[in-house]
Amino acid sequence: MARTPDRQIEHLLRRAGFGARPDELDMYGQMSIPDAVDMLVNFEGVDDAVDTFIGKAGYVNVTTRGQFLPQANITDARQRWLFRMVHSDRPLQEKMTLFWHNHFATGYTKVAGTLGAAEGARYLAAKASEDPGKVRGQIEMLRENALGNFRDILVNIAKDAAMLVWLDGRTNTKAKPQENFAREIMELFTVGVGNYTEEDVYAGARVFTGWNMQQAGNAADGSRRQEFAYVAAQHETTAKTFSFAVYPSGSRTIGARSASDGMQDGLDLIDGLAANPNTGRYLATKLYRFFVNEFGAVNETFVNRIANVYLQSKYDMRVVMREVLLSPEFWDPSAYFARYSWPVEFVVRALKDIGWNGFSVNDALTPLSNMGQILYDPPDVAGWRPGQEWFSTSAMLSRLNFAASLASNQKFNLTTAVKTAGANRSPEALLAFISDALVAAPADASVAGELSSYLRATGAWTGADAQIQNKAAGLVHLIAGSPEYQLL
Amino acid sequence: MKVTRRQFVKGGVAAFTVTFAAPEFLSDLARAQGAHTRNFVVLYLSGGNDALSMLVPYNDPFYYSRRPTIGVPAGQVLQIGTDSSRAALGLHPRLTGLKQIFDQGRLALIQRTGYENQSRSHFLGTDIWSTADPNNSQSLGWVGRYLDSLPSPVDPLVGWNTTATLPHVLAARTAVPAIANPAAYAFVSPNAGVEANAERNTALRIASHVPVDRPELAFVYGSAQAAMGTLDRVATVAQYTPTLTYPNTGFGQALRAVAGAMNKGIGTRVFYVTTGGFDTHSAQSVNAVNGAYYNLMATLNDGLIAFYNDLKNQGLLDDTLVLSFSEFGRRITENGSAGTDHGAASVMLAMGGKVSGGLYGTAPSLNLDPANPTLENAAGDVRFETDFRSVYARVLDNWLGTDSVRLLGGNFRKASLSFI
Repeated sequence: MARTPDRQIEHLLRRAGFGARPDELDMYGQMSIPDAVDMLVNFEGVDDAVDTFIGKAGYVNVTTRGQFLPQANITDARQRWLFRMVHSDRPLQEKMTLFWHNHFATGYTKVAGTLGAAEGARYLAAKASEDPGKVRGQIEMLRENALGNFRDILVNIAKDAAMLVWLDGRTNTKAKPQENFAREIMELFTVGVGNYTEEDVYAGARVFTGWNMQQAGNAADGSRRQEFAYVAAQHETTAKTFSFAVYPSGSRTIGARSASDGMQDGLDLIDGLAANPNTGRYLATKLYRFFVNEFGAVNETFVNRIANVYLQSKYDMRVVMREVLLSPEFWDPSAYFARYSWPVEFVVRALKDIGWNGFSVNDALTPLSNMGQILYDPPDVAGWRPGQEWFSTSAMLSRLNFAASLASNQKFNLTTAVKTAGANRSPEALLAFISDALVAAPADASVAGELSSYLRATGAWTGADAQIQNKAAGLVHLIAGSPEYQLL
Repeated sequence: MKVTRRQFVKGGVAAFTVTFAAPEFLSDLARAQGAHTRNFVVLYLSGGNDALSMLVPYNDPFYYSRRPTIGVPAGQVLQIGTDSSRAALGLHPRLTGLKQIFDQGRLALIQRTGYENQSRSHFLGTDIWSTADPNNSQSLGWVGRYLDSLPSPVDPLVGWNTTATLPHVLAARTAVPAIANPAAYAFVSPNAGVEANAERNTALRIASHVPVDRPELAFVYGSAQAAMGTLDRVATVAQYTPTLTYPNTGFGQALRAVAGAMNKGIGTRVFYVTTGGFDTHSAQSVNAVNGAYYNLMATLNDGLIAFYNDLKNQGLLDDTLVLSFSEFGRRITENGSAGTDHGAASVMLAMGGKVSGGLYGTAPSLNLDPANPTLENAAGDVRFETDFRSVYARVLDNWLGTDSVRLLGGNFRKASLSFI
């Protein structure tokens, strides 16, 4: 955990990743900011080998119950994602995947309740390469499209098996159009509240009639699966008119089409929604809150500029994110630590800062639930409620308690690191060493005073192992559990 | 540009320390208030409750023609009489406990509650019901504003939220603790004995700081301070022994904790509980035993009747008012998935020892005539008759003893809503 802080790179990696491991700090620390941003957004140039390290020495542990099967067991899927957040060398890919997970928030509980537990995990978390039916779970799709084209992401989401269950698209038929997906694609995925009408929801439901699900593959080789299917007989063929332009011509009406051609209705609507200026603004606002600054009013200059980049680039999220990370708003000193960390961000950053050898990400799952965030199971389709709502008293207590259990787990590693750096020589040296490792928002001087008093509270300073074990762990607990450390 | 963390720590602006409110004092205060504190329990039915399956207009032929699959058969409803429009009404057959409470005159059902141009969005809808402000749904919660109106110093345990995250209805300048499980609400240390004590004392002192000119950070400090300051009192609630067994559901256990907090007299006045799963777009299964909606009613019923009887046994029923809300009712006509989509007006429940039970307001006529005044959206949805803020106003004025006009920003009083 010993390291020299680098203010700018740490800011970049807190936001575009999940904090910095010492090796990440070393590597990115040698780059200029534009080079570092290029490396983050062009992550395909970095080997995606992170999954092959699961279970290897030197990495955070996972806990297996029999076989480790993230494609069929949601607990294992959660462990794999946390593992990736800690160890991936493509931090922005994982961060964007989390952003999209919250944006297209789909809950395992309903999918599993409908199709069964193993199938629920499969449609959310399976990699095509590990599934006999080549099922690509929703989060894997989002991960592969992390900086892809937003229009393509929308098409993929509309056809995603977990989404077809989650928002009931599988039962959207011409006799009884199902409004759930049509409503949310407008309200939460694209243009946002206030930019569509109830009549648009009803028309949208008719647009997606027949976008259902069917069984494919066979049981013998395990390839049996549910997958998207356009069922022409269930498509409602009459014209659908919206309150906004669907076509570049400005036309608001999707004309009547034969049932066999009717799938194009949905593609036309998605094109129209992707091209809607309100979608650019909606995404830019969410990106501002997630990546740039969560405090105070949304910066309208930023939103207008990024929304424009979105439209000009034809919805290319790589181009958009490059602009976000190089924006003056991102680098403004007022943006540093102007973000309430999400529970997974807090947990992963603590692991990167404090150490992971001998810790299993499995032991973070219950604490994360107590902090209010269960991966693959957001509370509803609007996703989590970021910001102050993360900080109920019990959630704050859970953060403090997670810091305590991690500090306890890392006692011996901490003691070794402290002694190697010679930081056991005085209380001040220990405080400086731990503070450098756990970079937090600036604290008032009196807080440092309390920490200093704590180090002297129970007896004379000896610097002996027994004392360092107690005090280093206690100090890590107090700092990682401090309000300042909850900001990023 | 490099600044080390050390310089951050040393270079911070001077803070001042507030005196930490001693829990003992507050406990005494709570005790001094005696057994006649008025407790208010907000119950949120998450997802949009299909009120027409909960309170069934079983003599309306359109109810059955529009709900051929999911309508509750007239012979199965728990009949509770007729309302002032002479509509015959019955509770869902699984609500046997609520029927008992109704028969004891302690359950009020307030029909067709909602507002003009009701939002069909879960999120905007919940925000509006939480803030009581359709025009500024991002403001503080209506119950949160009530807490903020109490004279300072406000006890950090004045509100108790039984979920892990803060519900919008309790969003306030006052930090409201979230205590899902009193037994797990404890301070953990990596050390033991004197070392652990030293650590806890330091955490307590740090949490009592107020960072200057940094409201966002100060908010987190507020949570940390409220957490540290309520540990001991909450620990007493974990020792509570109820007079009966609560159902082993999240909702049942939350109500058990609420009863425990009331019984231990820890000073809490407002509680928040929720039970979810009401977004029944498909396979609503109202009638089958263990069907989706049937189970929702089971959870609601079994939790509330246990709570009601426990409070009655403890002599706390007269001190308690439970009020339910949900973001919207559901579409009248069932959809092709044997479920219902998002609708408008709904039914609110009020339960407690001082409640004047009965049916308030009138049931909708489900006649498909587009001119039917009890419906809206081309007779697709139930139209509101009573503004939900009138219900809130009654609670604020008559139960919480405050001024509803000030807290709701307008006069929503409605004399006929005499349920409390």
